[in-house]
Amino acid sequence: MTNSALYQAIQQRILVLDGAMGTMIQRHKLEEFDFREGAFENHTHPLKGNNDLLSITRPEIIKEIHRAYLQAGADIIETNTFSGTTIAQADYQLEDAVYQINYQGAKIAKEVTLEFTDRPRFVAGSIGPTNRTASISPDVNDPGFRAVSFDDLVDAYAFQIAALIDGGVDILLIETVFDTLNAKAALYACDQIFEKRGMQLPIMVSGTITDQSGRTLTGQTTEAFLISLSHMPLLSIGLNCALGASMMRPYLQVLHQKAPFAVSAHPNAGLPNEFGLYDESPAAMAAQIEQFLQEGLVNVIGGCCGTTPEHIAAIAAVASKYSPRKWNH
Amino acid sequence: MLKLAGLEALVLNENSNFVNIGERTNVTGSRAFLRMIKEGDYEAALAVAREQVEGGAQILDVNMDEGMIDGKAAMVRFLNLLAAEPDIARIPIMIDSSKWEIIHAGLKCLQGKGIVNSISLKEGETVFINQAKEIRRFGATVIVMAFDENGQADSYARRIEICERSYRILVDQVGFPKDDIIFDPNIFPVATGMEEHANNAVDFFKATKWIRHNLPGAHVSGGVSNVSFSFRGNNKVREAMHAAFLYHATAHGMDMGIVNPSMLEVYSEIEPELLLRVEDVLLNRRPDATERLLEFADTVKGEVKQQTADLAWRLQSVERRLAHALIKGIVEFIDEDVEQARQNVERPIQVIEGPLMDGMNQVGDLFGSGQMFLPQVVKSARVMKKAVAYLLPYIEAEKDGKQEAAGKILLATVKGDVHDIGKNIVGVVLACNNYEIIDLGVMVAPQVIIQTAIEQNVDAIGLSGLITPSLDEMVHLAKEMERARLTIPLLIGGATTSKVHTAVKIEEHYPSGAVIHVLDASRSVTVVESLLGAKKTDFLSALRADYQKIRTHHAKHQAAKELLSLEQARANRLQLDFNAQNVAAPNQLGVQMHTPLIDELIPYIDWTPFFQTWDLHGKYPQILNDEVVGDAARKVFKDAQALLAQITEERIIECKGLSGIFPANADGDDIQIYDPNSKKLLYTQLTLRQQTKKVAGQPNLALSDFIAPKTQQIQDYIGAFVVTAGIGIEHYISQFEAKHDDYNAIMIKALCDRLAEAFAEFLHAEVRQKSWGYAANEQLENEELIAEQYRGIRPAPGYPACPDHQEKIGIFKLLDATNQIGVSLTESLAMWPAAAVSGWYFGHPDAKYFGLGKITQEQLEDVAIRKGKSVAEIERWYSSILL
Repeated sequence: MTNSALYQAIQQRILVLDGAMGTMIQRHKLEEFDFREGAFENHTHPLKGNNDLLSITRPEIIKEIHRAYLQAGADIIETNTFSGTTIAQADYQLEDAVYQINYQGAKIAKEVTLEFTDRPRFVAGSIGPTNRTASISPDVNDPGFRAVSFDDLVDAYAFQIAALIDGGVDILLIETVFDTLNAKAALYACDQIFEKRGMQLPIMVSGTITDQSGRTLTGQTTEAFLISLSHMPLLSIGLNCALGASMMRPYLQVLHQKAPFAVSAHPNAGLPNEFGLYDESPAAMAAQIEQFLQEGLVNVIGGCCGTTPEHIAAIAAVASKYSPRKWNH
Repeated sequence: MLKLAGLEALVLNENSNFVNIGERTNVTGSRAFLRMIKEGDYEAALAVAREQVEGGAQILDVNMDEGMIDGKAAMVRFLNLLAAEPDIARIPIMIDSSKWEIIHAGLKCLQGKGIVNSISLKEGETVFINQAKEIRRFGATVIVMAFDENGQADSYARRIEICERSYRILVDQVGFPKDDIIFDPNIFPVATGMEEHANNAVDFFKATKWIRHNLPGAHVSGGVSNVSFSFRGNNKVREAMHAAFLYHATAHGMDMGIVNPSMLEVYSEIEPELLLRVEDVLLNRRPDATERLLEFADTVKGEVKQQTADLAWRLQSVERRLAHALIKGIVEFIDEDVEQARQNVERPIQVIEGPLMDGMNQVGDLFGSGQMFLPQVVKSARVMKKAVAYLLPYIEAEKDGKQEAAGKILLATVKGDVHDIGKNIVGVVLACNNYEIIDLGVMVAPQVIIQTAIEQNVDAIGLSGLITPSLDEMVHLAKEMERARLTIPLLIGGATTSKVHTAVKIEEHYPSGAVIHVLDASRSVTVVESLLGAKKTDFLSALRADYQKIRTHHAKHQAAKELLSLEQARANRLQLDFNAQNVAAPNQLGVQMHTPLIDELIPYIDWTPFFQTWDLHGKYPQILNDEVVGDAARKVFKDAQALLAQITEERIIECKGLSGIFPANADGDDIQIYDPNSKKLLYTQLTLRQQTKKVAGQPNLALSDFIAPKTQQIQDYIGAFVVTAGIGIEHYISQFEAKHDDYNAIMIKALCDRLAEAFAEFLHAEVRQKSWGYAANEQLENEELIAEQYRGIRPAPGYPACPDHQEKIGIFKLLDATNQIGVSLTESLAMWPAAAVSGWYFGHPDAKYFGLGKITQEQLEDVAIRKGKSVAEIERWYSSILL
């Protein structure tokens, strides 16, 4: 039922995705103990900064952030599970916590959406790129080396996806794709699980164009990226992170012209300043986004690094003024 | 429409031309390639691939099916290596194997949308369906061979039968997109001498036409070189056969094929006689066609076609060739080019410092301007590394066996970051300059960095990072290094790092060591040399001073960003309690003269700034024993002591000072100062108020906050002072200058400056303990004085709490300083003699020093009104603090 509500909604209006989780968590000035309390108190490895754990140790903070974004007008919120794979969690020696991270992350997000009854709100299970690349060698002397295999990625993604589904997500969002082969592994895992469970969920894929060269980190153009991931019936394909809204526009135009799916964008709040902070104001960001909404480039719009509920509120306000992009399925 | 992708998209529609598939990276088709793979010479193998792409291949066929090699491992290795060659990887890859396990392993290496070549019904429908499904999960296109349980199709009828059956299964049962199906209806050799082969080409053409008409969406491909198999060794005939075959096949609808582009003649360029005989064979036009072609072939044997790959760049100068190789990432000729460059210079290192660094700079520029992208730069770095490796033995040899490294440098890309190109370049450049490099690679945890640094006893640590979170990681590492009590210098580099960030965010966390931002690889050598060389201290103190400046500037800039209105700032003023405990009535009001002897002031001297005057940085007295500057510090200190003894003895220098204490009350941001006897208003001191937005609980200060407001009806007090230790200094200066003794001329000024400061400290203590007397029992050592561990403050005009130099005018007037002690103010309000200090005394226990920061135009206008002057008149005094 949710599925059909989603497909209906995405045809009718521009859907608003939420903004940054990390930026909001930073506001709470959390300490090591916040990442441990009640669940990981005896863990030997430092956990501060492992934001995904907060769904378990500080669920109220995460719920409050979700709530703030929903209040700001988000139709879709992302679970706090960006690093919820065994590969990413291995840095913290927390592979064992991965199921809980995703299950709880999905569960609490879903709980918050149910507080909003005005219109359907959806939970997208956030699936990050992991911290390893299947297409690039980390060793400059051996370009043929790979720090992670496709099979390892499939296993890690499948485990995350299963837990997200158990926790009740409505959508799977494979995002910040800097290596298309990693994303292919994630899609492979989706397909495997869908077949095993005899079900399907809508999938959103969002890639990252690293810079003005218009390429992903692994060197693909936007169109090559689109072609390489079009073998699954995606709900949407889009771009997020690395660029601010205006810099993203030329690449969104490519997707708009060529994608047989809905198109999404969640840009950063500008480019980081010399301190690595994003300081583009909500109004400035919304103004840039309004330009491509006018052009009818996107169906889903939200924010990535540095965006806040204030940004999303500003974006939602402009999004409500325009019709969604039309596309051929 | 068939859509494929390598790093770039390849989209084929009805109007597209025939698509060339490069075939030389195939162990079954090329003995040379097989040998390269067998011998593990992947560099040569990559060169073959590059030649294919440069020769016009639009898709690259890769085949590793050979019994003598581990085909699966070779496929994975080669595809992974190809992925690092952006010039090659831009085109889609075709994984060519008859073994499913090799195909499957290959699919796991392709980020783009490639082609599987091939699957078939050879082992029945179940296997076929499962394989097709799996290929679909990778999003690849598939080539289906005309092959079934009964064998390979060798007639027109068998071809169309098998292709139709395969197509129906793929489309109807597997759900394979029609556009992603390519048929290979088998290109077999012609002119074999066997009658049953005579119609092979014709059957292929007919089957192709049938497929294109009857199986919508499907494409047709094939291995073209097969057709000329009988003419191996005779390239001229083969090239003509390939060209003619393609001409007819494409006319029938074949839209792609495996062709060696360098083994292909242009159809219209084939000599008519040859073309006629070739077409007779292909189209099976006459029974003696084969004989006639063989006849012709004998006449052209031995003619060799020129290599057509673009090697024009090889004709340029060696410098340009090196730059070209770096930019294009071509390692093939690097050794010979580097060797030639080496012979042109005196020392091998000059090849690195000259043409190679020039080339890398071009790479950097191209990357910076978005004309090159990351994988290409990685490739360039590898060419660079190879070039350096070639030169290293020569560099070593030059060193006459002296192998000792200049220093040991640890390099790492911080946790969470995979970017290391810059870091690797730095490593190369440093290694070239005889530093030993310990490269920990990427995503290195702080513990590992610290532990290795300690174990390996490194001289410096270089951190790299490209993404934003790496900045925090660097801050974290700096903290961890401090915690581990390291003193090893920390170098910061990478695209998102900046000098400002390093100065403001990182340096403070690692006070025990030095933190240096390195702008780019080319600067790394200079930085490391300075850091490990004899001038380390100078370098570091200059650096610290520079960073301090940046911090100050930044703080101002930041503060400027959010200024409150004057009204808001005033509302947030400091509201102190004023009562009998903290408002002390002075023992003696009015002005007093002080003329201490130099001996009395010597104990109050803060020597640290004295050494700074001589560019010797360090705290006194530790600086006297400093490893590096200790000798120099001791010498200058000894000379200072001698001169100090001399001036103490000779009593030519006079120290004169004035202090005064007056009744006062605050009136808003003004302080009204009254005559001690008549209680009439003597002077109104204007104070400026901080307008920086403060965190909750922090007030916006003005000096007037430390004085009881008029409204509270409590009599409060303020003090003022002017001291000098410079009277008579001219006597010494002219003496020294006459002897061209600059050293002592500077020394006397430096000493008198210190004495004036000491006098101010001395007098402040006198006032606290005696004339004002609120601290009669105070007993402080000099260090405690320097650390200002006493009640009350003595802010000086021109310093952060009251940057307004004009306040000196009031002080001088109140104390009548020019007449009393001979200190005057220049037109820009500097004091003369220069060895002088003036300021205010505030006695409240909560009075403290602060920095005013920036003020707004609004406050300036307010000041003008309070002073009864126009903004234009007073503006210049405030330019440095005005937002």
